[in-house]
Amino acid sequence: MSNRYVVKKIVGALLTLFAVVIFNFFLFRIVDRDPLTKYRGRSKLSLEQRETMIRRMGLSGSKWDQFVAYIKSTLQLDFGRSFDSTRPVLREITDRLPATLILVGVSTVLTICIGLYIGAKAGWARGSRFDRVSTSTTMVLYATPEFFFGMLLLAIVAGRTGWFPTGGLRDVGTNNGFVASLLDRAHHLVLPSLTLTLGYLGSYSLIMRTSMLDTLGEDYLTTARAKGLKESDVMTHHAVPNALLPSVSAIAISFGFVIGGAITTETVFSYPGLGLATADAIRNTDLPMLQALFLVASAAVIFFNLVADLTYGLLDPRIRHSI
Amino acid sequence: MNDLVPSTSPRDMTWARRKQALARVWRELRHDRAGFVSLLVLLGFGLVALSAPLIADRSLLLAAAGRNNPDLASPSAQFLLGTDDIGRDVLAQLVWGSRVSLFIGIFATVVAVVIGSVVGLVAGYVKGKVATVLLAIDEFFLVVPFLPLAIVLAVILGRSPVTLAIVIGITSWAGSARLVRAQVLTLSERAYVERARALGAGTWQIIFRHVLPGVTPLIIANATLIVPGAILTESTLSFLGFGDRLSPSWGKLLDGAQSSGSITLNAWWYYLPPGLCIITVVLAFTLFGRALERIFDPRLAGR
Repeated sequence: MSNRYVVKKIVGALLTLFAVVIFNFFLFRIVDRDPLTKYRGRSKLSLEQRETMIRRMGLSGSKWDQFVAYIKSTLQLDFGRSFDSTRPVLREITDRLPATLILVGVSTVLTICIGLYIGAKAGWARGSRFDRVSTSTTMVLYATPEFFFGMLLLAIVAGRTGWFPTGGLRDVGTNNGFVASLLDRAHHLVLPSLTLTLGYLGSYSLIMRTSMLDTLGEDYLTTARAKGLKESDVMTHHAVPNALLPSVSAIAISFGFVIGGAITTETVFSYPGLGLATADAIRNTDLPMLQALFLVASAAVIFFNLVADLTYGLLDPRIRHSI
Repeated sequence: MNDLVPSTSPRDMTWARRKQALARVWRELRHDRAGFVSLLVLLGFGLVALSAPLIADRSLLLAAAGRNNPDLASPSAQFLLGTDDIGRDVLAQLVWGSRVSLFIGIFATVVAVVIGSVVGLVAGYVKGKVATVLLAIDEFFLVVPFLPLAIVLAVILGRSPVTLAIVIGITSWAGSARLVRAQVLTLSERAYVERARALGAGTWQIIFRHVLPGVTPLIIANATLIVPGAILTESTLSFLGFGDRLSPSWGKLLDGAQSSGSITLNAWWYYLPPGLCIITVVLAFTLFGRALERIFDPRLAGR
């Protein structure tokens, strides 16, 4: 992989991130003349307090001054204070980030592994029983809003049997050692991550199936068979690697959807991560929180896309060996 | 002019060709089982949505309508799908909900398709700076996670059904712009477009009279595939608190079911029907759209 390719991709990602930052600046200034319209306690504010708040939010002075101040504070990761809790937005986000990282991480790994496996197998044996059953199942999964999965799991598994907790991050008042609390957290993670996995399994496996179908007629498969390779070897060593390639970028784009899925899934299970924070910020019209959460979500997706692009560069010999 | 005399004017020939093409699409659709069944399902839902006032009176949606009814009552002869947490008839809300969900889904698609087609056509046909800028904007909307973007836009622009539809439209045009552009790039190399150019046709004339008809089938199939995404997004946004409880979409019903604790109370009649309606309609639109894709693009047949 040439340095130019890497630099180009990194610069591209940074530019996109910068575009999001600028977009964010204008977005929250287009409609409301009074920036505090959405602030719930605004009627109790004195004129002085109002002005201090507006100044602290970086909404005083000319548009250019505001822009410079906004860029400065964004670079310092200063996003102001939450309307709702009045704590610094950055603190709110760093407190809740780990929970979401674990949830999204576990679900993404599961979704990619299971989805790609099903998609590859179905595409390879097109028209077989496995293909028909798995494709119709993934179509239904694809059509189901992930929060509905969550509600069904809550109703069936958590409500009826009590095998899993109905929500939260951990049981309150448990404090018996590292291992026990780790297990407790894992116990709370099962249903949310299962929900998120089921919700996005469908699109990943459909992507992989299509990409597998595209390789089926290729000459290198005929060559591999002519060499006398077993059918399973032709699949795993020749078809799958080539089908993975176009899937990588499609999966990176789908990652944006998983982030969206985390918002509703955390809401269903009252799982205190960034998703639940987003849902709360919507209900409270907490603009500073929403602005920062949007930036964090975009940064995550841009980063994931960059990783996908670089992986693509490593996987694709045409890019790897280019100068 | 009757059918026996072959028409000779170009306009008549065009119309005859279009009629033939439509007949072919219809014939193939009738033989595509999944696509045809999906079409029937969608027509059924459309009929219910249109005749909602005949099935249930609108006043049943008002908060006052449930005042004298039991809360979260299980299905009975009086309430076929039981009541919600404030005693309102769930079936009435479901029927009216089909209107809100389908309206937002289709209206959002129209917005997305119009933006996507215009951007795709222009970016594909006009080269240079304009195309670069359009592609950069397209790239931005492709990369930025669309639900957070839709949330932020909806918070700022407002929560009415029409605004929600516009917001969903704004967040879902990028993919179709790509698709249209790719198609335009291949079409504009064709001889008939070059002929029109040689005869002195202007850019816009070429785009709308010669290129657009060529990409229309693709745009239609693509639009059918945007609707299910738009309906899912609408239900997600409603579930997260947007939308109106007194004129609820299916997603809003799920929000009500979730926040009233109907799940732990085992009130399945409240959360199951709207969820199943969403799945059915989204699945039907997806299968119908894929059937159209197969018909318009024979390369996809057998997938």
